[in-house]
Amino acid sequence: MTDGNEGLVGRGIRDGSRLFRDWYEQLTAASEQGKGAAYVFVMGSMAEILRVFDLETVFPEINALQTAVRRVAHEYLNQAEEYGYSPDVCGYVKADVGIQLRGGEHPMGRIPRPTLAVLTNACNTYIKWGEIWERLYGTPVFTLDVPSSRSGRHLMVPGTAAFEDDRRYVEQQIRELIALCERVTGRKFDVDRCREVLRLTNEMSRSWKRVLELNRAVPAPFDALSDGTVYLGVLNALRGTPEGSRYFHDLVEEMEYKVANRIGTLHEETYRLVFLGVPCYPIFRRFQELFAEWGGVFVASAYLGFAGGGLHLGFQYDLDRPIESLAEGVLRSVGGVMDGVLFQDRMLVEMLDEYRADGMVYHPIKSCRTVSTGLADSRRWLAQQRDVLSLFIESDMMDKRVVSEAQLKNRIDAFFEGLATKRLRAAAGEAITT
Amino acid sequence: MHIWQDRTLDEALAYCRDLVEDPEFPTVRRWRESGGKVLGHFQVYFPEEIAHAAGMLPVKVRGAPLEARVAESRFGSYLCSILKTSLEVALSGRLDLDLFVTMPICDAARNLAAVWERNLEYPSRILYLPQNANSAHAASYLRKEYARLKEQIEEIVGREVDADDLRRSIAVFNENRRRLRELYEVKRDTPWLVSADEAYALVAVGGLLPREEHNALLAAVVPALRQRPARKQDRIRVVFEGGFCEQPPLELLRILAQSCYVVDDDLLIGLRWILEDVPLAGDPLASLAEAYLEKSSYSPVQHDLRKPKEKMLLERIRRSGAEAAILFAAKMCEPGLDEQVAYARALDDAAIPYFICEFEERMTGFDHLETQLETFVENLLFD
Repeated sequence: MTDGNEGLVGRGIRDGSRLFRDWYEQLTAASEQGKGAAYVFVMGSMAEILRVFDLETVFPEINALQTAVRRVAHEYLNQAEEYGYSPDVCGYVKADVGIQLRGGEHPMGRIPRPTLAVLTNACNTYIKWGEIWERLYGTPVFTLDVPSSRSGRHLMVPGTAAFEDDRRYVEQQIRELIALCERVTGRKFDVDRCREVLRLTNEMSRSWKRVLELNRAVPAPFDALSDGTVYLGVLNALRGTPEGSRYFHDLVEEMEYKVANRIGTLHEETYRLVFLGVPCYPIFRRFQELFAEWGGVFVASAYLGFAGGGLHLGFQYDLDRPIESLAEGVLRSVGGVMDGVLFQDRMLVEMLDEYRADGMVYHPIKSCRTVSTGLADSRRWLAQQRDVLSLFIESDMMDKRVVSEAQLKNRIDAFFEGLATKRLRAAAGEAITT
Repeated sequence: MHIWQDRTLDEALAYCRDLVEDPEFPTVRRWRESGGKVLGHFQVYFPEEIAHAAGMLPVKVRGAPLEARVAESRFGSYLCSILKTSLEVALSGRLDLDLFVTMPICDAARNLAAVWERNLEYPSRILYLPQNANSAHAASYLRKEYARLKEQIEEIVGREVDADDLRRSIAVFNENRRRLRELYEVKRDTPWLVSADEAYALVAVGGLLPREEHNALLAAVVPALRQRPARKQDRIRVVFEGGFCEQPPLELLRILAQSCYVVDDDLLIGLRWILEDVPLAGDPLASLAEAYLEKSSYSPVQHDLRKPKEKMLLERIRRSGAEAAILFAAKMCEPGLDEQVAYARALDDAAIPYFICEFEERMTGFDHLETQLETFVENLLFD
């Protein structure tokens, strides 16, 4: 029996991969025509402003991880290390240095040079990274300073005077960014165009939030680590575009269909897991398989929040006051992302409950201290709050020299044995009670 | 009567060295025992005047030469030592605080507020120093950020801090910065009168003592240094770069001092961040914010288009009359290691020799480093 909707299943992956390849072809064409691009980052890309000026956006983080997924990262890392960079600094930075030293050569095409770089303080390494382009090319670099909560005991509250002070500071800087874009491109800012980009971003944000919520279903319709990363690529690359908006509209349709028909991402979903940290891109597929072989599905991942620039929060821009509202959105989303990384405890408990998770997988990495520094302590805290099994494994998102598949497998296998034992004991306990 | 008073210069310097290396924080302990409250601030810069104006002792949290027995379990593998030992002194009760403040100087350090508040009862927070130093609105934003900090401090001490309180504290710190500049003049103009490790200890105790006492100490010691019967030796003049956050062990500086004159450096640059007196007239918080942005030094953790770090280093070398640079970076320190690349390239272009190395605050073996340094220096002397 078929219901005519079979083509829906897997459409998100197929379309996402196609859109992603198209995007890289576009970047390659821009590079070959000698055009530059705006270099931006996933945690606050400011696409809502840059698209108004028709600036192509390049995500150096995505370029970098693509070299790892395509198993050539070591070539770029080696080149950057020969240039002088330490083995202990961020692998994304070094891969980008390698790309720049090779004149933009990349396994997905050719990357245009930066005519402008826009970064936020969501990651301090962004700031150091921008300095590299300043030195290499004299690129104008704009650092958008987004303060987030000062303390986990007093998270920022929209509507308060303190929040409004911060929002105004972000708005003032956005107006400075607009002036810089006008100088760089020689074009005037078009507020109506901006409204259109905001509207499209609103649609994407609503859909993305819905997609993530749909993964609360049992079985989960997608794997947050493997499938989710494909969706995330489109979310960043096509933020604020009609194609991006349509893609996420379709993705909601696919996930709703899968949920309605109880079609999970695995044939048999045995354990529901939450992922914290950054994916292990040097063995991206294999890493996920190590869990899937035991029936483990990543139903949620903090990565899909912070690496999506906070779009998962579903903030809707007010198109009647675009710049003011954009500032509020940036503060809530980028600030929210930082809160989710630094002060994540409450969020983790909510994730466990909402996604009915059996375990947490912590994957701190050498390259990213923003995300990794607090994970061990957060895990300790969570263990005191909840009876949940967790796995703590360290490797890297880029550097295969610190990825030991055999060691990872041993730890992962032991984790699942623990989950199985816990489940058996719980079942035995229930049997005795009844 | 302070402990260092009525002692010889060498005894006073020895006291400073011992205090800097003492992981028990005796001066902070005494302050608490007399009923005082303590604000601990992580590297690099913190507006200590605001804590001082409220009667708190501002203490620089900059790690310690000890093993992080408990704190190690709170962190992963790929992190610098200063994070771990800073938490260790707090968790072990060696350093008891009423408020801990960290700044977003790097990806690791800004996580400290959350780690601290999970593990310790007293409040901790991030002070968001502006990272868009070139925005026309950075100073007014920072003024508000300082006002928020002041409010929290007022809650802790249970009284309001007014503009006159702040002005009195700014005056104390202006004097402190003047005296530190005098010490650095001695280093620069007559480096044979004060070694790198001695000068460092004299600066570092500023983060541990009441600032009035530090002023008195410097007022006594710096003139005494100028009177020292030491003679100039045939050593190369170097600038040390890489001590803005994690601190090298005193022994490492002592080894450096055996072969070079360290005529300028960025060691504990946060205590010397503001380069001129902060005006006493006007709104004190606005003046402090303005000084942070407009009258300040440089470091790898502040991005300011007006202060490209490699150019600032070349300028530091030129102004101090140095012949070479010593480029250190703490292990696993992303900003420091990133900056080393830019520094090395700029020095290559300027044909200035440099020695490049990584360090850790807890390192104990120096033989290899000593040999490398001697080789570097000999190459320069006999070139």
